[in-house]
Amino acid sequence: MLQTITKLASLRNFYFFCGKLLPWFAWPTLILMLVGLYWGLVEAPADYQQKDSYRIIFVHVPAAWMSLFVYMVMAVSAAASLIWKTKASEVVANSCAPIGAAFTFLALATGSLWGKPMWGTWWEWDARLTSELVLLFLYLGYMALQSAFEDKRTAARATAILAIVGVVNIPIIHYSVEWWFTLHQGPTVQVMQDKQAMDKSMLIPLMIMATAFKFYFATVLLMRSRNEILERESHTKWVQEERERL
Amino acid sequence: MTPTRKRRLMMVALIVLGVGAAAALALTAFNKNLMFFFSPSQVAAGEAPLNRSFRVGGMVKDNSVNRDGLTVRFVVHDNAKEVTIAYTGILPDLFREGQGIVAQGKLAADGVFIADEVLAKHDENYMPPEVAAAMKPKGVDKTEKAKY
Amino acid sequence: MTLLDFLDMDGYYLYVWLSFGLAIVVMLALVNGPMKRKKQLLKQLGRKKRRGQRT
Repeated sequence: MLQTITKLASLRNFYFFCGKLLPWFAWPTLILMLVGLYWGLVEAPADYQQKDSYRIIFVHVPAAWMSLFVYMVMAVSAAASLIWKTKASEVVANSCAPIGAAFTFLALATGSLWGKPMWGTWWEWDARLTSELVLLFLYLGYMALQSAFEDKRTAARATAILAIVGVVNIPIIHYSVEWWFTLHQGPTVQVMQDKQAMDKSMLIPLMIMATAFKFYFATVLLMRSRNEILERESHTKWVQEERERL
Repeated sequence: MTPTRKRRLMMVALIVLGVGAAAALALTAFNKNLMFFFSPSQVAAGEAPLNRSFRVGGMVKDNSVNRDGLTVRFVVHDNAKEVTIAYTGILPDLFREGQGIVAQGKLAADGVFIADEVLAKHDENYMPPEVAAAMKPKGVDKTEKAKY
Repeated sequence: MTLLDFLDMDGYYLYVWLSFGLAIVVMLALVNGPMKRKKQLLKQLGRKKRRGQRT
């Protein structure tokens, strides 16, 4: 086990490992997205209160879930690079930031587009919305900090500290709807619960979309990581060989 | 200082400033929301300020909505006390009797709350109309909303 | 259900289609970015190689 991990920590091996995994995520993403979109937009019934406007949930909720999930992947990778100084984990953490920022932006933007007709406002400074906005700033801060250093190792240390400190925001986002009074609703989908607050006909497409988003994240993460490795290792022989092969 | 060093220092300072500002913003924003939020019971008990804007939250009482041109009057309750709200403007699409709402405005001398913004809150339930209709007699809606 | 009904989304067409449209645009851009970057990187590597041979 430890041996495989140290092997993967070498950028060269990690590059080829990512390449092997890529098609296993890319194709399912495409299929799941198409099925999820069709199911959510066409097959799923309208809601008894919100009518067709609730369909925004099929992008809003998966994007919001991913904004938290990507942050955790980023923070764990950052912690790994801080502790073991593994380059591969630095690459993964760096690749996470722009993807997480995009998901956070989507969650905020689609939420705003949903809030206007239903709540009566584009934006409300409630705990859920505000803490999600702070998450966007954390991602952007990570990216800015990363570009501020020329030396990759120093940059990795600085960004890792930011990423780890920012983890406190994750439970705040998650529990904000329970800890404070928010305009935002409480959780609809809860894992440990027999009776869901959402009808099956809507829950299934939501789960398909959520899975599609997970696969999508993995796909883009692998693509970005491979690019960053090529860039970092551009002086090596194996990268030149790889260029000739492509 | 070399230009790159300077740039780096600027970046770090900017980020610290940004994160700090975001945190401060967040805390004041939702503390303010909490501080000036009152339930109908609190308003009835005279706890709400008379001359400044605050928020009232509760459920719209059944059969209490009266439309007079663009002005709407309705009663909001929290299962204990009631507040009458008057509002001129467009209501959110989720506004209806039995729905949880939050109104921002001022209390007039006659005890009517003059709102300049009405927001609707929705619960965590999603279902097709047929399912909702089948569930109605059991009163599922009411128990869910009572949590609000 | 007619196509027009579907596109109308109970009158919420603006909000629903903007949400989905935005998601698609952002997510496609996030795939396109790395693909372009890869091509660019390979080109750069090629240039480096040629320079290396000359010296």
